[in-house]
Amino acid sequence: MTENHTALYGEHEKAGASFTDFGGWQMPLKYSSELAEHHAVRNAAGLFDLSHMGEVWVSGPDAAAFLDYALAGKLSAVAVGKAKYSLICNADGGIVDDLISYRRGDEKYLVVPNAGNAATVAALLAERAAGFDVQVQDVSSETSLIAVQGPNAEAILLTLVPEAQHMLVKELKYYAATEVGITVNGTVQDLLLARTGYTGEDGFEIYLPNADAPALWRALLENGQDQGLIPAGLAARDSLRLEAGMPLYGNELSQTGHPYAAGLGPVVSLAKESDFIGKAALAAIKESGDGTTSGRKLVGLKGVGRRAARGHYQVLKDGAAVGEVTSGQPSPTLGYPVALAYVDVEHASLGTMVDVDLRGKAEPFEVVALPFYKRQK
Amino acid sequence: MSKVAPELQYSAEHEWISLDGSGPSTIGVSAVAADALGDIVYVDLPEVGATVTAGETCGEIESTKSVSDLYSPVTGEVTEVNAAAAGDPAIINSDPYGAGWLFKVAVDSEGPLLTASEYAAANGGEL
Repeated sequence: MTENHTALYGEHEKAGASFTDFGGWQMPLKYSSELAEHHAVRNAAGLFDLSHMGEVWVSGPDAAAFLDYALAGKLSAVAVGKAKYSLICNADGGIVDDLISYRRGDEKYLVVPNAGNAATVAALLAERAAGFDVQVQDVSSETSLIAVQGPNAEAILLTLVPEAQHMLVKELKYYAATEVGITVNGTVQDLLLARTGYTGEDGFEIYLPNADAPALWRALLENGQDQGLIPAGLAARDSLRLEAGMPLYGNELSQTGHPYAAGLGPVVSLAKESDFIGKAALAAIKESGDGTTSGRKLVGLKGVGRRAARGHYQVLKDGAAVGEVTSGQPSPTLGYPVALAYVDVEHASLGTMVDVDLRGKAEPFEVVALPFYKRQK
Repeated sequence: MSKVAPELQYSAEHEWISLDGSGPSTIGVSAVAADALGDIVYVDLPEVGATVTAGETCGEIESTKSVSDLYSPVTGEVTEVNAAAAGDPAIINSDPYGAGWLFKVAVDSEGPLLTASEYAAANGGEL
C-alpha cells in the first residue's frame, strides 16, 4: 500500500500532528489533544484537511439522467446551487459509498465520495456512464479540500472574502454551494465554497487546487486564531460525527448492509421514474421489511454507566446477543458513552434497555433517538 | 517523545512502580501509554483491600479513541487508590508520574520489571 500524502501534509507535520492511515492516506489523527479539538469545534472553530476525499465532475447533457441511474437518490430534482446526500449502491442494494453531490449547473455536478472509496466510485461512475452523453472526470488527485467547522466558522471565513461578497457567504444555505472570492496568497480567487459538514455544527468546505492549499490553510489559521480556531484531526472528526449521529462508511455502512437497516430509506428514491442500479433489489428489501420490521436496524445507544461501548461489541438482551455495536466512545460534549449499533428490531424501540458486553461484563445502555447532540440554532 | 521517569521501574504492560521498600508501592501508567491512549476520560481502578496479581488485569483505562487494560506489576493488597485521578482522569495525561498515580499496593511479590532505560529502549521513550 503506497502512503498517500495530501498537499497539507507538511503543514500537519509542522503543527506536530500524529498521523494515522485512513483509506491509504496518512492523515492527522490529532495535533494536541483530541478532546481540545472536539470542544473547539463545538464552541469556536476547527480546521480540517479533507483533501483525501474524492472529487469527481459529471458533466454533459445527460448529467442529471445519468446520476439518477448511477445513484439511489433523485439528483435530477436538485436545484442548481444545492447539494444532496446520496448513496451509490451495487445491484444487490449494498452500499458502495455514501456521498454528497453538488449541482453546479444544469449539466454539471460535483460528486464527493469518501477517501477510501474515491477510486472505486470514480471507476464505477465511469463504467455506469456507458450509453449516457456525459463526461466523468476524476480530479481527486489535484484537488484539496479544507473545512472550517464550528459556530465561528462564518466569521473566520469572511476575513478572507471581499466585503462585496459577504452576503453571498452569509446567505449560503445548509447543503448549498457557491463560487466565492477567497484571498489566497494575496490574490482573490474564485473558489467553490460549500456549507455542509460532518460535525453537527455550522461549517464550510473550500475546494481548491493543491498548490494553493497550504497558503489558504495558514491564512485561515492565522485569521481564525482570535476566534479560537485550531486545526482538528480525524479523532475529533470521528467523535463529532458520532455525537451528530452521522454514519461512517466502513462502520455503519458497507456493501453487505443496505440503506433501510441503516435508517437511510428516505435517501433511496424508489419513486424515480428511471431505473437505477440496485433499484429492484432495494424495492424487494423494502417490501421484505428487513431492517424496518424484521432483522436488525441501526439505533443510538446511551450508556448508563461510564464505560464506553466500542465497535464490534455484542449487544445483549437478558444475556442473549441481539445486536452489534458499529461505533462507540465516550461523548466529549455530553459526558456519557454513546454508540451506534445494529439491533434486532424488537429491541430497537426508543427507551428499550439493553446491555453491551464490555469485555466480559454486561453494561446497561438505553436506545435513544439520534442525533445524540443537536446544536442550538 | 514520551518521557520515562528514570527513578521508577516499569512493566512490559506500561505500568510504572515506585518501589521504595518500606511502605506500600505506588503504581501508575507510563507517559508512553498515556500518550498512546490519547485523552483519558475514564479509569476503572481496583478497590482498596482487593488483592492484585502481578501480570494480571486489575482495571482499565479508557480514552476517547480506545480502551486498554490496566495490569498490576506486582502481587499484593491494594492499600489506596487515587480518587482524584478517577474523578479527573485528564491528570493521568498531564502528570502520569506525579498527580496521575493510580493505586498503591503492599507488595508481596514482584512480577518481571524493567529499569527505566530498558523500558525506554523497548518503547521509544525519553529518559
